[in-house]
Amino acid sequence: MTKSLLADEAKKRILVLDGAMGTMIQGYKPTEETYRGKRFKDYPSDLKGNNDLLSITQPDIIKEIHAKYLEAGADLIETNTFNSTRISMADYDMEDLVPEINLRAAQIAREVADEFTAKEPHKPRFVVGSMGPTNKTASLSPDVNNPGYRAIDYDTLVANYKEQALALIEGGVDALMVETVFDTLNAKAALYGIMELFDEIGKELPIMVSGTITDASGRTLSGQTTEAFLISIEHAPLLSVGLNCALGADQLRPYLQILSRASPFLVSAHPNAGLPNAFGEYEETPEKMAAQIKEFLELGLVNIIGGCCGTGPEHIRAIAELAGEYEPRSQQTEVGRPQNV
Amino acid sequence: MKLSGLEPLIISPAANFVNVGERTNVTGSRKFLRLIKEDKYDEALAVARDQVEGGAQVIDINMDEGMLDGKEAMVKFLNLIAAEPDISRVPVMIDSSKWEIIEAGLKCVQGKAIVNSISLKGGEDEFLAQAKKVRRYGAAVIVMAFDEEGQADNYQRRIDICKRSYDLLVDKVKFPKEDIIFDPNIFPVATGIEEHRRNAIDFFEATKWIKENLPGAKVSGGVSNVSFSFRGNQSAREAMHAAFLYHAINNGMDMGIVNPSLLEVYDEVPKDLMERVEDVLLDRRDDATERLLDFAESFVGETKTQVKDTAWREEPVGKRIEHALVKGIVDFIEDDAEEARQQFDTPLEVIEGPLMDGMNVVGDLFGSGKMFLPQVVKSARVMKKAVAYLQPYLLAEKAKNKDTSKKGKILLATVKGDVHDIGKNIVGVVLACNNFDIVDLGVMVPLEKILATAKEEEVDAIGLSGLITPSLDEMIYVAQEMERQQMTLPLMIGGATTSRAHTAVKIFPEYSGIAVHVNDASRSVPIAQTLSNKASHADFKKNLVAEYTRLREGYLKKSDTKEYLSIEDARANKPTLEFNEQTVFKPDFLGVKILEDLDLNEIRKFMDWTPYFMTWELHGKYPRILKDEVVGEQARILFKEANEMLDQIISNKSIQANAVFGIWEANSIGDDIELYKDGEHFDTFRTLRQQTKKAATAPNQALSDFVAPKESGLKDYVGCFAVTAGIGSDKLVMKYKEDLDDYKAIMVQALADRLAEATAEWLHHEVRTKYWGYAKDEHLENDDLIKEKYQGIRPAPGYPACPDHLEKKTIFKILEAEKAGITLTESLSMHPASSVSGCYFAHPDSKYFGLGKIGKDQVKDFAERKGMDFKEAERWLRPTLNY
Repeated sequence: MTKSLLADEAKKRILVLDGAMGTMIQGYKPTEETYRGKRFKDYPSDLKGNNDLLSITQPDIIKEIHAKYLEAGADLIETNTFNSTRISMADYDMEDLVPEINLRAAQIAREVADEFTAKEPHKPRFVVGSMGPTNKTASLSPDVNNPGYRAIDYDTLVANYKEQALALIEGGVDALMVETVFDTLNAKAALYGIMELFDEIGKELPIMVSGTITDASGRTLSGQTTEAFLISIEHAPLLSVGLNCALGADQLRPYLQILSRASPFLVSAHPNAGLPNAFGEYEETPEKMAAQIKEFLELGLVNIIGGCCGTGPEHIRAIAELAGEYEPRSQQTEVGRPQNV
Repeated sequence: MKLSGLEPLIISPAANFVNVGERTNVTGSRKFLRLIKEDKYDEALAVARDQVEGGAQVIDINMDEGMLDGKEAMVKFLNLIAAEPDISRVPVMIDSSKWEIIEAGLKCVQGKAIVNSISLKGGEDEFLAQAKKVRRYGAAVIVMAFDEEGQADNYQRRIDICKRSYDLLVDKVKFPKEDIIFDPNIFPVATGIEEHRRNAIDFFEATKWIKENLPGAKVSGGVSNVSFSFRGNQSAREAMHAAFLYHAINNGMDMGIVNPSLLEVYDEVPKDLMERVEDVLLDRRDDATERLLDFAESFVGETKTQVKDTAWREEPVGKRIEHALVKGIVDFIEDDAEEARQQFDTPLEVIEGPLMDGMNVVGDLFGSGKMFLPQVVKSARVMKKAVAYLQPYLLAEKAKNKDTSKKGKILLATVKGDVHDIGKNIVGVVLACNNFDIVDLGVMVPLEKILATAKEEEVDAIGLSGLITPSLDEMIYVAQEMERQQMTLPLMIGGATTSRAHTAVKIFPEYSGIAVHVNDASRSVPIAQTLSNKASHADFKKNLVAEYTRLREGYLKKSDTKEYLSIEDARANKPTLEFNEQTVFKPDFLGVKILEDLDLNEIRKFMDWTPYFMTWELHGKYPRILKDEVVGEQARILFKEANEMLDQIISNKSIQANAVFGIWEANSIGDDIELYKDGEHFDTFRTLRQQTKKAATAPNQALSDFVAPKESGLKDYVGCFAVTAGIGSDKLVMKYKEDLDDYKAIMVQALADRLAEATAEWLHHEVRTKYWGYAKDEHLENDDLIKEKYQGIRPAPGYPACPDHLEKKTIFKILEAEKAGITLTESLSMHPASSVSGCYFAHPDSKYFGLGKIGKDQVKDFAERKGMDFKEAERWLRPTLNY
C-alpha cells in the first residue's frame, strides 16, 4: 500500500464514506430531457437511466449531492462513475464518452471536496473513484445450456478498467474503489489493470476493494466464501477491503466479522438501508440503520463505514455521529486466526 | 501459504502434506488425454470430481500435448470447472511448459491458483517478467530447478538454482516468500543407469536444504516420476510412491502431485517389498535395482516362481538366446553365440537371425508394457556382449570377402531445448548392436548442427528424440528446414511425447523426404535397415504416404478449423500505429551506400558470444559461462583461442567484412511497401500478414503496418541492408582442413558467422545514430543491443517476422549487393555463407513478431501481387502454410 494522507487519517479515526448516488438522483425525478441536456439533444439512443452521464449534462445536480453528503459528515465521497466503463456504456452506445465522463465526474467531486476541506482544514475530505463490477461476469456463463461460455474476457476487462482508472486519476481522485464485486475474476482484472496503469504512469494511489455477499449462503454471486474472496485479492497492495450492497447491516455482520479477523488491510463496510420491500424501496430509517452499525463499531470491525443503496444524507449523518465515538478497528488481528488443513 | 477456489485452503506449517490431484493431466493420464481429444468434457469433469472426492486439496491441470490446442483446452476446461462448485471449491494448479497456456489459464480463475511452473530455463529476464506477471495475476508459483544450462540433476545444481531463483524472486520481484514453491525435480530411479542411482537421495537432500535455507519456501514435486521405470506394475509403483513420500515429507516436502485415491500407506507395504524399494531410493546396495526388479515381477503375475530356473538351458540355441535377451542374463551368452556361429554360415547371420529375433520379442514386450525400461537396458547389454563376441569373426569375414559395404550410419540427437536422452541412448545402443554406425550428438542440439553434421558425416538417416512437449515443435522446425535445404535424408521421430499421429499430421507434411515415427528402440532396427538402403525408399514412402494420409484426414476431420481469419478479416484487424512528427523520422541520408573493408577491431566489440559457445555445445550465457563450474574451463579455453584467432585474422587481413545499405522514401499500401526515389515509385516489398485468430485485443500484424500508409499523405521511410564477414573465410577454412585441423576450421566458420551478425549489429547502430539519425543520442551497451533495446527493428527474410525468403531478391536487387561482394544463390542462400540481410523499420512501435501460419487466400493474393505463379509462391512459402 502506498503512503498517503488518506491512510494516515484512517489510522486516527473511523472514516465515513458517503451514501447512495442513484437513490439521490432519483429524488430529482430526472426525465429523458434531463439526461440529454443540450449536448445530447439529438443523440440516437435512449439515455434515461444513464446516471453517470449527468456529470456532463447536469453537473450541478451531482455537485449538490456530493455537497449534501459532505455536509452530513462524510470524509470520503465516491465519484458518479459506477457504470463508466465501455462495457456498461455500450447499453447507451456511449463507449467513446468513457474517458470524458470519468474525468468530469472526478473533477466535480474534487472541486466540492476541496471546498469543504478549505472550510474545515482539520477534517480533510477525500475523493474516491468508483469502479463498478460492469454488467458482465468473467467466471460465470449467462447461458445455462453452455456453462463454458463467457460473455466477457479478462483482457477486455483489464483494458476497460485501465481506461476508467486513468481518467479518474487525471480528474484528481485520491483513491480508487473496485466495488460491488460479485465476481472475483472481474475484480482481479480490475486490479491487474490498475497495477499495470500505476507502472505506466509511475504513480500509485490507494486502492480499495469492496465485495458483495449476495444472500444468506454467505457467498459472492460467483460462489466464493468471504475468506476465499479475500485470499483471491490479497496479492494487490490494498488500502482496504470490505463488503457492500445486497444486504442490510444486520445481515452483513457475520461476514464482516470473518473479513475483519482475516484481513491484513483496513476494513470497510457500506451496507444497504435494509432489504428492499415489495415495491423495491429501501425503508430502513437512519435511526434503525445506525443502531445496527453501532454493533459493528462496538465489535471493532471496521475502519471505514458508509451506506449503499437506499441510504441518503440523513443515514450518513447518523452514522457519522456514531463513528466519532468509537476507535477504528486495530490491525493486529492476524494473530489467532483460525487455520484449516 | 493461502490459496483459494470457491473456498479457502490455508497451508500452515502444521499441515502435514497437501495432495495435488494428478489425473487431470494429459501428459500423465491416457484416459484424460483421450477424453479431451474426443471432446468428452463431461467425462473429463468427472475425472476432476473424482480427484476432489478422493481427497485432492488442489487439482493439477495440464493440457500440454502436441496434438491439442493446449491454450484452448486449458481455457475451456477451467471455464467448465468454474460452473461445477463441487470441483471448483478447491484451488487449481495451472500446469504447462508453455507460458502462453499458463497465462491464458490465469485469466480464467477467480481464486488464487498455483502456477506450475516457471524457471530460469529461458534466462533471468524472462523469469523475472513471468514471476512479476504471476504475482500480478494473484497466484502462487512453482519454480522448477532448471536454468539456462538445463535441468538440475544433482544435489549441488538443485540447491544452486533454487537459491538463485529464490533470491531473484524475493529481491527483485518482491514475491511473497510463502508463495514460492520449489520443484527440485523428481527423477526416476531403478532405471538401470548408473547416474540415476542418487536421484531420490539428491531430491531428499535438496528438499531439506531448501527448507532450512530458504525461509518460507515450499517444496513440491510430481511423485509418480520416481517409479517411471515400473510402468505397468501398479503395486510396485504404489509402494515406491509411499516410500518416496515418507522420506520426502520427513525432509520437509510440503505438497506433491499424486493420485490421491491410490496412495498406499507406508506401513501397509509388505516389509520385504519396502526393504527393496528403500534400497533403491536410498541407494543402499549395488544390486538394489536388480533385486527390486526380480521381486517386483512376482507382483505382475507373469512368472510364478523365481527359483533359479535352469530348464531353459535345455532349449535349442535360438530359444536360449531369446530367453537370455528377454531376461537380461549375460552368463551364458558367449557360449550360446559361439554355438550359433557354428550352426550358421556367417557371423552376420547370427546377428540377423536369433539375436535380432530375440530383440524383436523384447520390443514387443516393451511395447505392450510387459517389460520395463531397465530390463530393456539389460537386454541391450546382453546383445552388445554377443555382438562383441562375434566382432572378430565379422571382421575376418569382411576381410575374406573384401566386403567394404557398410551397414548404415545413423545420426541421433535430442532436439534443442530438451535434455532427456534415456530413450535416445537406448536406440543408440540397440542400433549399434545391429552394426550401425551411430553419430550421437547428445542433448539440446540446435537444428543447424543436426543438419550440418548429417551432411558432413554423410549419414543415412537422422533420428530425433524428445521427451517434453515443446520438442514436438522443434522437430517440425527440423523437418521444415530440411525441406528448405532440399535434403532427402530420411527422418526418424521418436521419444515419449511423440506419436504416430503427431508425426503424420504435423511433421510428415512438412518434408517431401521420408519422416517416419518410430515407436520404440527395437522397432528402430528394421526401419533403419530399410532406410539405409536407398533403393527401398520409394516403396517405403509409398506405404507411409497411404498410412499417414489416412491418419491425417481422420485427424483433420475432427479438429477445429476456425483458428484462422480470412486475409480480409486479418487486414481489418491490423494494428493502428500513430504516424506523426514523433514517429516518422526524415533520414539524414537517402540512397545506397557501400562500406567496404570494415574495421574488424571495431566490429568485434559488437559480437554476441553466447551463440559462439552454443556452436561448441557449451550452453550458457556469456560472460557467465566463463565462470561455469562444469563447462567454464572449456569455455575459457575456447574464448581465449577464439580471440587469438581473431587477432590473427585481423592482423593478417585474412577475412574482409563489407556492408551495403539503402534508405528510401516509402509508404505502405495494404500489405505492400512502395519505395520511391525522387518521388518516383521504383520497387515494392511484399509483406505477409498474420492470419491466426487472436485474443480479443491483439491485432493481426504485417511488416507494412510499421510504415505510414500512402493515404496518410505523410512521407515515411524504410531501409534495407546486406552485410558479410565471410570474404576470405572459405580459403582459411580450406587451409586448416588440409592441415587436418578440423578444430580450427570449425572455429573460423563459427567466428565468421558471429562477425557477420556483429557487422549487422554495428551497421544498424551506425544507421540509427548517423545515416538515418533518428536515435542520435542512443547510448547502449553491447548487452542492451543483444537484447534489442534500441528503437526500430531489422527483420531478416527467413526469420519469424518474414519467413518468406523471396524478399531477399528485392533487397539484393535494389542494393546491388554484388558490388559489396555478396550474392544470392538460386535457392536464395547468401554467398559467402557468413552474411546477413534484412530491412530497417524505425517506427518506435515497430516490434519483432512471428508470422505464424497463413491461408491459401493470402498465398493467392501474394502470388498475384508479386506477379508470380501460385504454385511457385506455394513452394517458397510451404513451411508457413496452414493447409
